[in-house]
Amino acid sequence: MNKYVIIGNGTAAAGCIEGIRSVDSEGSITVVSKENRPVYCRPLISYYLEGKTRLENIGYRPGDFYEKNGCRVLYGKSAVKIDSKGKKVYLEDGTSLDYDSLCVAAGSSPFVPPMAGLETVEKKFGFMTLDDALEVENAITPASRVLIVGAGLIGLKCAEGILDRVASVTVCDLADRVLSSILDSDSAAMMKKHLEERGMKFMLGDTAASFDKNTAHMKSGADVEFDVLILAVGVRANTSIVKDAGGEVGRGIRIGSRCETSIADVYAAGDCTETRDVSDGSVKVMALMPNAYMEGHCAGVNMAGGEECFDNAIPMNSIGFFGLHAMTAGNRKDTAEGGEVYEDVTDCHIKKLYCADGKLCGFVLIGDNGRAGIYTDLIRRQVPLDTVDYKKLQIEPNLFGFGEDYRRKKLGGVV
Amino acid sequence: MKRVYVNEKWCLGCHLCEYNCAFANSGMTDMAKALKGKKIFPRIHVEGDDRITYAVSCRHCTDPLCVKSCISGALKIEDGTVTIDHDRCVACLTCILVCPYGAVSCTDEGVVQKCELCLKNSAGAPACAEGCPNRAIVYEER
Repeated sequence: MNKYVIIGNGTAAAGCIEGIRSVDSEGSITVVSKENRPVYCRPLISYYLEGKTRLENIGYRPGDFYEKNGCRVLYGKSAVKIDSKGKKVYLEDGTSLDYDSLCVAAGSSPFVPPMAGLETVEKKFGFMTLDDALEVENAITPASRVLIVGAGLIGLKCAEGILDRVASVTVCDLADRVLSSILDSDSAAMMKKHLEERGMKFMLGDTAASFDKNTAHMKSGADVEFDVLILAVGVRANTSIVKDAGGEVGRGIRIGSRCETSIADVYAAGDCTETRDVSDGSVKVMALMPNAYMEGHCAGVNMAGGEECFDNAIPMNSIGFFGLHAMTAGNRKDTAEGGEVYEDVTDCHIKKLYCADGKLCGFVLIGDNGRAGIYTDLIRRQVPLDTVDYKKLQIEPNLFGFGEDYRRKKLGGVV
Repeated sequence: MKRVYVNEKWCLGCHLCEYNCAFANSGMTDMAKALKGKKIFPRIHVEGDDRITYAVSCRHCTDPLCVKSCISGALKIEDGTVTIDHDRCVACLTCILVCPYGAVSCTDEGVVQKCELCLKNSAGAPACAEGCPNRAIVYEER
């Protein structure tokens, strides 16, 4: 009987469990979970604070998930070392687990740059885990002035979640625009305006240089008074356990298309990994929930002796704030970099499609984003644009531009 | 398993499937009351040009990207049918971002919707196929 060990208990771990069980219903699965909770939907923590979901709905899988899949979960435990020769994982408490195959789904950790005086701030929180969200909820009152450092996905989702529950929310970021990792300047400006109209305050191109209790001294020289501080500067992949075992790591644990690491019988999946982005060919960390699940599943199938390949990862995000929704995928290669850009921009929506080398390599959609998956599919499958009616598809994503053969297969057969 | 299949050669472009879908999922018994003068949100839609038309709805993929990508666990596979639990959906729209067929759409109720083969509503079998005047939409095993 095979012994499987999974380090981590997030989305990638759930995918891994389901992947293993799709091949092997017998082997033992042990999950090492740092958090004292069954797998939950991490991005839902801001929806919880906003009142858009309830705690009982935050679980990623039904309550009997582990039992049904025959998993033993070690809650509140951390793995600290892999002995790849002896095939053992050592835990913080000194105990060890034997494995035949191992999946590292260790996620990422918030990155906090050194900021003078941070220790003098009484109410400061990250915004990664459900525990973080519950602590934030406990700390805020209707009179709270909240300062959020970081206008990325995590910082802004947190801001949206608490905006109507506090007196004020100010978001600062060293970047000159919001969501700088995914939006171009036009779409960032539209999103920022929308958030400002809803009452959020921004200090962009500026960040907290030092703290003195309830005051942030900003780089620009300004002072910001706050009651609650939220640090959402960025995250880093948890790679050390594989690195220490001699595995190849970059910014994330390097994985191949079978989600294997460079160490025999050790796989990795989710936010702790880096892999090839098919939209531009570069290797990068794409810490996104869909990728986490798919990598986890792929790792699980391969760990159990099956064959699964995950070789079409792309960065993609669907993120809305107070009714305005942005969708992005792939990479933006603009005309300066040899790309071609299709733009359809009005006051209330933005569509930019980027193509290079005869293929769609990225898009940004704000406002109207119905059927965006048709564009995502063009990127993911690397469809040569001369095989479709790209002119028509630019205007409206539909199946018409793909031709009759494609439609007959997809609409008339099992896919 | 039975799925909805479409043959564009037979499609008249009449859009009846859209109305039958919206009615079947309205929970009401009077079609006029359910649809007249209202913006409808069908889970199937007809597209094409003035010559070729066809209807598109969820393919109930054997390996659905929407289910793998769902951030709330709302989308799942039940006996081969891709279903959505509206109580869990938070309308993050990730499913719309990944569906290669554009078969998931927004409602005006803060959740997304998709074809569930009329298995949850009183029609009991896909109303689009049932009401298609030229059998361009069929519900069968392939």
